[in-house]
Amino acid sequence: MNKILLILKREYITRVRKKSFIIMTFLGPLLMAALMIVPVILATLQNIGDKNIAVVDETNWFIGKFEQADNLQFHYVFESVDSLKQKVIDGQYDMLVYIPRPELNIPVNAEVYSNRQIPLNVSSYIKTTMSKEVETKKLLASGIDPEVIKSAKTSINLVTIRIDEDGGETKSFTEINVALGLFGSILIYFFIFIFGSQVMRGIIEEKTSRIVEVIISSVRPFELMMGKILGIALVGLTQFLLWIVLTGSIYGVFMLIYGVPEGPQALSAGGSMMNQANTVLPEMDNTAVLKVFEVVEAINFPVIIGSFIFYFLGGYLLYAALFAAIGSAVDNEADTQQFMLPVSIPLILGLVISNFIVNNPEGSLAFWLSIIPFTSPVVMMVRIPFGVPYGELVISMALLISGFLFTTWFAAKIYRTGILMYGKKPSYRELWKWLKY
Amino acid sequence: MQAYLSIQEVTKRYANHLALDDVSIEIPQNKIFGLLGPNGAGKTSLIRIINQITAPDSGKVLIKGQALQADHITRIGYLPEERGLYKKMKVGEQAIYLAQLKGLSKHEAKTKLKDWFERFDILNWWDRKVEELSKGMQQKIQFVVTVLHKPELLIFDEPFSGFDPINVNLLKAEILKLREQGATIIFSTHNMASVEELCDQIALINQGKKILEGEVNALKIANRNYTYNCEIHYPVNGWNTILESLPVELLNVKSELSKIKLHIKTASSLSSNELLKMMLPLGEVASFQELLPSMNDIFIQKVGKPAKPAGDE
Repeated sequence: MNKILLILKREYITRVRKKSFIIMTFLGPLLMAALMIVPVILATLQNIGDKNIAVVDETNWFIGKFEQADNLQFHYVFESVDSLKQKVIDGQYDMLVYIPRPELNIPVNAEVYSNRQIPLNVSSYIKTTMSKEVETKKLLASGIDPEVIKSAKTSINLVTIRIDEDGGETKSFTEINVALGLFGSILIYFFIFIFGSQVMRGIIEEKTSRIVEVIISSVRPFELMMGKILGIALVGLTQFLLWIVLTGSIYGVFMLIYGVPEGPQALSAGGSMMNQANTVLPEMDNTAVLKVFEVVEAINFPVIIGSFIFYFLGGYLLYAALFAAIGSAVDNEADTQQFMLPVSIPLILGLVISNFIVNNPEGSLAFWLSIIPFTSPVVMMVRIPFGVPYGELVISMALLISGFLFTTWFAAKIYRTGILMYGKKPSYRELWKWLKY
Repeated sequence: MQAYLSIQEVTKRYANHLALDDVSIEIPQNKIFGLLGPNGAGKTSLIRIINQITAPDSGKVLIKGQALQADHITRIGYLPEERGLYKKMKVGEQAIYLAQLKGLSKHEAKTKLKDWFERFDILNWWDRKVEELSKGMQQKIQFVVTVLHKPELLIFDEPFSGFDPINVNLLKAEILKLREQGATIIFSTHNMASVEELCDQIALINQGKKILEGEVNALKIANRNYTYNCEIHYPVNGWNTILESLPVELLNVKSELSKIKLHIKTASSLSSNELLKMMLPLGEVASFQELLPSMNDIFIQKVGKPAKPAGDE
């Protein structure tokens, strides 16, 4: 036990002192913060720089219909399209909207010219304005007052509330749960791969440098393997905690500088792929923002972070043991491919299926994959923000624990033979034989 | 006298070959014991069993009469043939780590290491990374780490590979010193010259079987082939006729101005004293020496002959 601790300490200290660890520790939060901040910056950038747009409307349907919304200046002109195109090139206008006389009597075509990429929100604004106008005209033609339609439209304010066993009520907000779940499962996926392959590479290094022979005469192979696995687990946890702290502080500092009001919007823009029109239609009101706040407050962060740590550790331990077995069996990293494939398939499968599971987090596919230890770390993280019955959680966790005990036992058998074998790459049949030594 | 290490009827089988076949060896305390054998003979398998890296399929290994236990490991220092260090780690740090794994406290390890490093004149490497050192330098560090915790039993597998002659001598001196201090040493090598120089006893393993064991000198005598070199100054007239009448086989006779050099083989029934007596009438016997086989000869003779695949019993 004492020796496992010594090995663990060495693994931890040498890794934490590495430049790559330090760089990743600071780069990670920057990337994550960027993920949240960049949409905010982009949103503010869009407000800079007014656009002058020339409109040539041969149908005369849309004159005055494009409002001077959002720093878009529409100029209704009656020049030839060709001369206007030249003006666009010269920079006199940023864009030219050309609505040709329709072949039928309803205009359904328009062209936008620009010497630069046309922003998505501008083209969608032009599109919606035009189709609204055409709709209104059509309605009027059939004798319906558009006002009637307008007043008939009702916006439903749907609040989803989950009642738990104790009768407590929690407001839920699916988009946030989806984002949180997917984020958690992707993070676990990467953590398992990154730190699992560190275990593998560490073992290959010990093998090729032949230090393993020296160490194995003082400690049991199992102790060496466990020391390494646990040491790297601590490295992973350290990195994760530093990321949380650093991301939080970067985000906090940013919010102080840019002012708080943008906050919730940035959260929703960055966190989920919410309505693109969000930035164009500012009336996507404050009530939604407040609702998001309410829901964010309702999210059970202790449970989510707690289960993240559990599933990261459990999943990592399960896979790290397998990675260790692979590392012990080969002499160099190139030879690992053949064995990596079957080990990574369940993980990748879990991640891919997670994207479907978010739509039905209580379905039977979700249930089984979050119970089976090989996929549960990735899949369960998707389900947790939606709330998982404690019974299922307990079964899943218990199975994960027995799962990694099993893989550790299994890996230890291959490991103790593998680390002392040099030369040719073993086949699966040989690995099977090592199991029985 | 009870042997320090007693290997009793050890058999180890790997998937498709017998690495050790009923091997029994007694290694006496405070001696340098040569474990010899060609590549793949089973030496490393045996050493791994002594180090408890693997377990024998059958048979026992006793240290001072006790079956191997986990805590015996700290009494053994093992320098494997395939050895290395963490390349990215600093020398001092790494040496302390390896010493700690052998059960030394950090403080103890540090003091002892500084001592050894000073003796080997490598103290200035302390803070350098291993990858900056030459292979020979790394070997020195490994040697120090192996002996640092003052083990009762030292196992050196090809300790001199990668060393220049000066360092080989330094190492030999250290190994002899360790024996003086009471250590029992197992020395596994192909280098027969160093075996003659260092070893008190040897065992020869071939194809998983022990084929020879004993004291180096006794083995040489047991394997003598009764050849002698004899130099005679001022030979008497007619030495030729006398020589030819003797019951010996003349392998080579070289006559120079006032001396003759003889290379003779006799029958095993003739003792060296009797042979010497026969030489006396030839002239002044300036030198007379029996040519005992070198360990190299014995090795080749024993290993070379039954080099047929196993199963020839």
